[in-house]
Amino acid sequence: MNNINITIDGIKTAVPAGYTILQAAKELGIYIPTLCYLKDINEIGACRICVVEVKGAKALAAACMFPVSEGMEILTHSPKVMAARRATLELILSNHPANCQICDRSTNCELQAVTKKLGVREIRFEGESIHADIDEGISIVRDNNKCILCRRCIAVCKNIQTVGVIDAVNRGFNTTIASPFEMPLGETPCVNCGQCIVACPTGALRERSHTDDVWAAIADPDKYVVVQPAPAVRAGLGEEFGYPIGTPVTGKMATALKRLGFDRVFDTDTAADLTIMEEGTELLNRIQNGGTLPLITSCSPGWIKFCEHNYPEMLVNLSSCKSPHEMFGAVIKSYFAEKEGIDPAKIVTVSVMPCTAKKFEAQRPELGKDGHADVDYVITTREFAQMVKDAGIDFRSLEDSDFDNPFGNASGAGVIFGATGGVMEAALRTVADILNGNSGTDIDFEAVRGVDDIKIVEVEAGGMKIRAAVAHGLGNARKLIEKVKSGEEELHFIEIMACPGGCVTGGGQPVQPASVTNWIDLRAERAKAIYSEDKNAPIRKSHENPAITNLYKDYFDEPGSHKAHDLLHTHYVARGKYQ
Amino acid sequence: MAKDCTTCVETQEKQEKLHKVIAEHKGTRGALIPVLHEAQEIYGYLPMEVQLEIANGLDVPLAEVYGVVSFYTRFSINPKGKYLVNVCMGTACYVKGAGLILEKLKEALDLDVDECSEDGKFSLEACRCIGACGLAPVMTINEDVYGRLVPEDVVGIIEKYKNL
Amino acid sequence: MYKTIADIHAIREAKKADLMIRVDENAAPSAEGGRMHVLVCAGTGCVSSSSVKIIEKLTDMVHKNKLEDEVKIVKTGCFGLCAEGPIMMIYPDHVMYTRVEISDVDEIFNTHIIGGQAVKRLLAGDSEKKDAHNALGSLEFFSKQLRIALRNCGGINPECIDEYIAKDGYLALEKALTEMTPAGVIDVVKASEIRGRGGAGFPTGLKWSFAAPQVSDQKYVACNADEGDPGAFMDRSVLEGDPHSIIEAMALAGYAIGANQGYVYVRAEYPIAVQRLGIAIEQAKEYGLLGKNILGTGFDFDLDIRLGAGAFVCGEETALITSVEGRRGEPKPRPPFPAVKGLFGKPTVLNNVETLANIPVILLKGADWFKSMGTEKSRGTKVFAVGGKINNVGLVEIPMGTTLREIIYDIGGGIPGGKAFKAAQTGGPSGGCIPASHLDTPIDYDSLMAIGSMMGSGGLIVMDEENCMVDIAKFFLEFTVDESCGKCPPCRIGTKRMLELLERITQGKASPTAIEDLEELAKSIKASSLCALGQTAPNPVLSTLKYFRDEYVAHIDEKRCPAGVCKDLLEFSILEDKCIGCSACARKCPVNAISGEIKSPYTIDTAACIKCGVCMDTCKFGAIIKK
Ligand SMILES: Cc1cc2nc3c(=O)[nH]c(=O)nc-3n(C[C@H](O)[C@H](O)[C@H](O)COP(=O)(O)O)c2cc1C
Ligand code: SF4
Ligand code: SF4
Ligand code: SF4
Ligand code: SF4
Ligand code: SF4
Ligand code: SF4
Ligand code: SF4
Ligand code: SF4
Ligand code: FES
Ligand code: FES
Ligand code: FES
Repeated sequence: MNNINITIDGIKTAVPAGYTILQAAKELGIYIPTLCYLKDINEIGACRICVVEVKGAKALAAACMFPVSEGMEILTHSPKVMAARRATLELILSNHPANCQICDRSTNCELQAVTKKLGVREIRFEGESIHADIDEGISIVRDNNKCILCRRCIAVCKNIQTVGVIDAVNRGFNTTIASPFEMPLGETPCVNCGQCIVACPTGALRERSHTDDVWAAIADPDKYVVVQPAPAVRAGLGEEFGYPIGTPVTGKMATALKRLGFDRVFDTDTAADLTIMEEGTELLNRIQNGGTLPLITSCSPGWIKFCEHNYPEMLVNLSSCKSPHEMFGAVIKSYFAEKEGIDPAKIVTVSVMPCTAKKFEAQRPELGKDGHADVDYVITTREFAQMVKDAGIDFRSLEDSDFDNPFGNASGAGVIFGATGGVMEAALRTVADILNGNSGTDIDFEAVRGVDDIKIVEVEAGGMKIRAAVAHGLGNARKLIEKVKSGEEELHFIEIMACPGGCVTGGGQPVQPASVTNWIDLRAERAKAIYSEDKNAPIRKSHENPAITNLYKDYFDEPGSHKAHDLLHTHYVARGKYQ
Repeated sequence: MAKDCTTCVETQEKQEKLHKVIAEHKGTRGALIPVLHEAQEIYGYLPMEVQLEIANGLDVPLAEVYGVVSFYTRFSINPKGKYLVNVCMGTACYVKGAGLILEKLKEALDLDVDECSEDGKFSLEACRCIGACGLAPVMTINEDVYGRLVPEDVVGIIEKYKNL
Repeated sequence: MYKTIADIHAIREAKKADLMIRVDENAAPSAEGGRMHVLVCAGTGCVSSSSVKIIEKLTDMVHKNKLEDEVKIVKTGCFGLCAEGPIMMIYPDHVMYTRVEISDVDEIFNTHIIGGQAVKRLLAGDSEKKDAHNALGSLEFFSKQLRIALRNCGGINPECIDEYIAKDGYLALEKALTEMTPAGVIDVVKASEIRGRGGAGFPTGLKWSFAAPQVSDQKYVACNADEGDPGAFMDRSVLEGDPHSIIEAMALAGYAIGANQGYVYVRAEYPIAVQRLGIAIEQAKEYGLLGKNILGTGFDFDLDIRLGAGAFVCGEETALITSVEGRRGEPKPRPPFPAVKGLFGKPTVLNNVETLANIPVILLKGADWFKSMGTEKSRGTKVFAVGGKINNVGLVEIPMGTTLREIIYDIGGGIPGGKAFKAAQTGGPSGGCIPASHLDTPIDYDSLMAIGSMMGSGGLIVMDEENCMVDIAKFFLEFTVDESCGKCPPCRIGTKRMLELLERITQGKASPTAIEDLEELAKSIKASSLCALGQTAPNPVLSTLKYFRDEYVAHIDEKRCPAGVCKDLLEFSILEDKCIGCSACARKCPVNAISGEIKSPYTIDTAACIKCGVCMDTCKFGAIIKK
C-alpha cells in the first residue's frame, strides 16, 4: 500500500492512501470531535463539528470526509478551528432544549459529550427554536426537539435497513426528520427495529418505556411476575455498568433480576431451544413432504413486519413458530401455570430484550390466548439497566447466580441465538443430529458466524444436502429474498435477523457512541461474549436440553403436535405499504 | 349524481395519465423529479395518494418522495386557488418596491403569503425572479404577467379576476 | 434524414444569403429570404409585455396582404432592452422600435412595411435625438457593448436551426470532430484562459482537463442553467435567444472529455427557455448534430433537459448533481470533485450557460482572439443583467475591465428621477454592495473580490438613496435563510440567527453589541459551512457593514432609518403649518389614525398608525412627512 506523507499539528506521519484526516488523526491519538459521521453508514459531512484547517485551503475541511494527500499540512486545533467548532456547537445548542437532567441519553449523549470536550460554557446566539410534537409509538419515541439533523437515523433506516420510513423534510431552518406527511411512525411500514435509536447521537430517539408498568406489576401482591432475559442481553448489559464491550454478565444479571423482585427468573435461551425443536421439525417436514421452501426463521419481529409489508407473497415461507420469548410466555401461562397452580390471569410475563420490535410484537392480537397476551411487557436491555439503577443496586458487586427452574438451564445452542447465524447454527446442530441418527459430531458451524452480509452454507447430513443462508440487517435480507425470488439462489433454510449483527446489536441494546463504533465492530465484539458462553456450556444442542425433553414428555408430546401448534405457533398478516 | 360521475371520470383520467407518466419514466435514473413535475401538472398539487402511487411506481420510499416534495418550493401538497397570484420578490423587483406590491395584494385579497382563499379562487405566493426583471416589479396571475407595477394598479387587476 | 457535412454547408450558404439583409443594408435580397425582415422579440420580458400578440397580428396582416414571400416576420430572443419591450427590429433598414403596442401594429405595417417610412414616435433611444438608422450601433446602450455570448440573441430566430447554422453555427463542432483531437480542443479552451461565468470563475479548460483522463464507462456533461440569482437573466436570454450555441458547446465538451450524455438543468421558472431548448434539441437530433455518429464522425452525444423545482441551492454544482439524480438538492463535500465523481458517481463536467455560449466562438476564432479581450486575469466579456434603479434596465455584455461607472452611467443611462447613486450589488446573495467610492473599479473576478463583492453570475442591481442598506442586507439574508438546504448547522442555524439580528436592528430592538455579534456569526458561517451558499451568505452583510456602517449605527443607536424604509423606525406626522385641514388623509387612513377638524391642522395618532404611507401619498400639500 502506498503511503502518503502528511503533517498533523506539526507531527509528520505517513498513512495509507485513501485515509481521511479523521482516520489519520486517530492513529496519532488526536481527538477530533464528530457528530454526524458513522463509518460506512453516514458519510455526509453535515455537522461541521470535525472541521480542521488544511494549509492552502480556503474554507475549513471536514476531517471525517476529507482525504489526505501528499504533503498535506493539517491543524486540528488552531484558534480558527476551535472558534469555528465552538460557534457551530453554540448554534446547534441555540436550537436545542437545555434539559439534560431529564434526558434519556444524559451521560451517553454525543452532543453533551462534545459540548463537554470543547469546553463550551455559554451560548452566545439566541433566537427562534424548534417546538415539535413528540411522536410516541408502541416501540419508538421520536422527539425532534432534541434532533440535531445528523441524518444518522435516516441513513440506517433507508440504506442499511432499506425500510426508509423517515427522511429529511422541508429545508433550511425548517428541516426536520419525519415520516411521510408527518404521520405517526406507527402508521408507517416502520418495523420497529430501533436501529435508528442506536444510531442517534442524542436523545431524539428512544424506546417507549414500560418500566413503570413492570415496577407496578412487581409491587402488586396479586400478580405473579415472571421474567425472562434474551440471549443477547447478557452480552450487552455489562456496558451499562462499565464493563468492557463483549463481557458476558449472565450470573450477575440473574441476581439483579431476582433483586428487583420478580417472582421467577427464567431464561429465554431455554425457549430458544424449544424454538429449535419446533422449527427444526418444521424444516424437516417441509423438506420431506414437499412443503414451501425455503423455510425462513421467524424469531425476529423486525424481520416479520418487514416481510409483511414488503414481501407478503413470502409469508408462506415464514416458519409458523412464534419467537422464543413469545413461546415462553405461552408456556408460562399454560404449562407452568397449571403445574404451579397459578391462575394465568394473575401471571405477568416480562421479557427483557435487546429489541424494540418485540414491544410491538408483544401486543399483536394473535400472540395470546383467551385474552391473555403471551408476553405482557417487553423492556429493553437499556430499560432493565435503568431499573437496576432505580433500585439502587450496585451491579458490579453482585454475586453470580443461576436462573430459576424449571426453565433455568439452556443449551449453548440457545445462547447463540443472540448473534447473526446463531439460529441457523443451533438448528443445524439439531437437524444434522436427527438426520444422522443422533451422532452428529460437528458442533461448530463456523461458516454461518461472523458479520459477512450474506452467508451461505451447504450441510450434508443423513445423505441429505441442506443449503442454507443467513442474512442480517434488512438490506441484506432484501438482497437475499430477491435472489430467492429470481431463482438465483435455491435454498432450504434461511435465517434472517432484522438487526445488522443480530440481536447483540439490536435496537434495545446499550448505545455506544460513534467515537467507539467508528473504530471497532460492535457486532463482532459483542458476539464474542455469546460464543464464549456457548463454548463453556455443558450441553450445546437444543434437543439434548433436559428442560426441553421434559417439557415435551410432560406437556407437548412431540414437536409439531396439536398442542404445540396451539401454543407455540402463529400466523402472519399481509400489510400493504401505507394502506 | 351526474356531477359525481364526471368527477369520477376525471379522477380516472388523471390516474391513467399518472400511470402513463410513471411507466414512461420507470427505469430511467433520476426519474423522481420529472415525474413529480408531470404529476403536479396533472393534479395541480401532490396529495398523499399521488405521492404514494409515484413512490410505489418508481420504487422510491414514500418518505423520500415526501422529503423531495417538501424540499422544492414548486411542489405543493396543498391545492392552489384557481388564480395563483405570484409576486416576484427577486432583487430587481424588490429594490423597485415589490414589497409594497405584495402588501397591497395581501390587503386586496385578504390573504397572507402561501394562503388560499376560502372559495378556492385565489392563492397568494411570493417567488424569486421569473426572468422578467426588466419589467420590475412584476407579478403573475396564472399565465398572465404584469410588469412595471405600481401599488395603485393592484386592486384593479385583482378585481378583473374576481369577476371572471 | 441525417445531414452530412456537405448538407450542412449547403444549408449554411443558402441561409447566409437569406440573412444578408440583416447584416448589410445594401445587400440584395435573396429569393427565399424576402426583401424585409421584421424581428420581434419573443423573450420572457417582451412576451410579458404582449409581444406574442404583436407577432400574431403582424403575421396575420402580412398574410392577408399576401406579402409572405417578401416580408418575413421573425420571432427572436431577447435584445437585452427588456424594460423598453416589446422590441421590434426591422431589416434591412436597421430600425428599432421600443414599447410597441398592439395598437401600433397597423401604423408600423402601413407606414413602414408598406410605405418604407419609419414610425418616429416608436424609435428606440433618447426621444431628443431620434435617429431612424442603425439603432444597434447608435444607441449608447448597444455601442459600448461587445456581444460574444449574446452574439445571436435578438439576431436570429432561435427556433430555426438553419439561422443558427447560417451564423457559423455547428462549424466549431465540425471542426473539432474532423480536425482536432479531444486533447486539442481542451488545449484551445485552456489557452483562451476563459474562466467559468457561473460565479466561481474556475478556468474552464482546466476543469475539462481534470475530467478527460478519468477512466470510466460513462461520463457526463452538464449545463448549469439554474440561474438562481434573483434579478439576473443572462442565461435565460441565451437559452431563449440562442439555444443551439449551448447544444453545440455541450457536444464539444462531450467530445473533449469523452462523454456522450449531457444534461441541461434549467429552472422551471423559465418555460420559454425550456421550450426553445427542447425545440432546438429536436432539430439538432433531426440533423444528426446530436445522437449517434454525429456528422458521420463516429462521435455520439445525447442531451436531456432536467427541470429545477425551485431551490436556489441547486445552482451549486454538487447540489445540482444530486437534484438531477432525483433527490433533495443538498450539496456534498468535495473532494471528490464532480470531474472525478459526479453525476451518478461518474466523471462530470459542469458549466454555466454563458461559459458554454463562448466555447464555439473560441474554437472558431482561436484562443488568441479571445484573449485579446478583457483583462489579463479575466479574459473575454461578461454579460450583466442590470436592474434596479437605473434607466436602461436590461442585459449588457461588456469586455472585462469595463468600470461600473461606464455600465451604470454610459450604458445604463444613470439613475432615474435624478436620484443619487448609493450602491450596486453584484454576485447576488453571495456578493456584496459596492459604494460610489468604488465606481471606477474595473469589473473582473479579482477586483470585485478585492472590494468585498464578487462577479457572481452577472446580476447587477443598482440602488439609490431611497434604499436602506440594512434593509437590503436583511433582504439577502431572508433569501439565504429561505434557500439554505438545511444540511449543515452553520448555514441552517447561523444564517437564521443573523437574520434575527438584522430584524432586531431594523425594528430598533437590537442590543449595542449587534454589529459585533453579526461579524462573529459571519466569520464562523463563512469558515465552517459545507458549501459556497453558506460560505458566502454573510457577504451582503459584511459588505454593507464595511461601506455603510453608519446606517447600521443609526438603526441601532438612534433607532432611525436614514433612508426611511424600515417601517418600525418610521413615524408619520403632519406639519401644522402646511396642513390646510382638508381631511383627505383622514378619509384614506385604513386604521383611522388621523383626526382633526376641517380647516384646522390634522394630527396622527402614532400609536394607532400602521405606517402604510397612504396619507403621505394622499396629501396634496406635502404636509405629511415620515422620519
Ligand atoms: C449557492 C450557489 C448557487 C449557484 N448558482 C449558480 C447558477 O444559478 N448558475 C450557474 O451557472 N452557477 C451557479 N453556481 C456556481 C456553480 O456551482 C458552478 O460553479 C458553475 O455552474 C460552474 O460552471 P462554470 O465553471 O462554467 O462557471 C452556484 C453556486 C452556488 C454555491
Ligand atoms: S440530547 Fe443530549 S444534549 Fe440534548 S438534552 Fe439530551 S443529553 Fe442533553
Ligand atoms: S450540571 Fe449544572 S446545570 Fe446540570 S444539573 Fe448540574 S448544576 Fe444543574
Ligand atoms: S425503527 Fe427501524 S424501521 Fe423504524 S424508523 Fe427506526 S430504523 Fe427505520
Ligand atoms: S433523530 Fe437522532 S439520528 Fe436522526 S437526525 Fe436527529 S439526531 Fe440524528
Ligand atoms: S434482530 Fe433481534 S433485536 Fe433485532 S429486531 Fe430481530 S429480534 Fe429484535
Ligand atoms: S452551507 Fe447551507 S446550503 Fe450549503 S450545505 Fe450547508 S446548509 Fe446546505
Ligand atoms: S401611515 Fe397609514 S396608518 Fe399611518 S396615519 Fe398614514 S394612512 Fe394612517
Ligand atoms: S391631506 Fe394633507 S392637508 Fe389634507 S388634512 Fe391631511 S395632512 Fe392636512
Ligand atoms: S461533518 Fe464530520 S463528523 Fe459531521
Ligand atoms: S427579480 Fe423580479 S423578475 Fe427578476
Ligand atoms: S425579452 Fe425582449 S428585449 Fe429582453
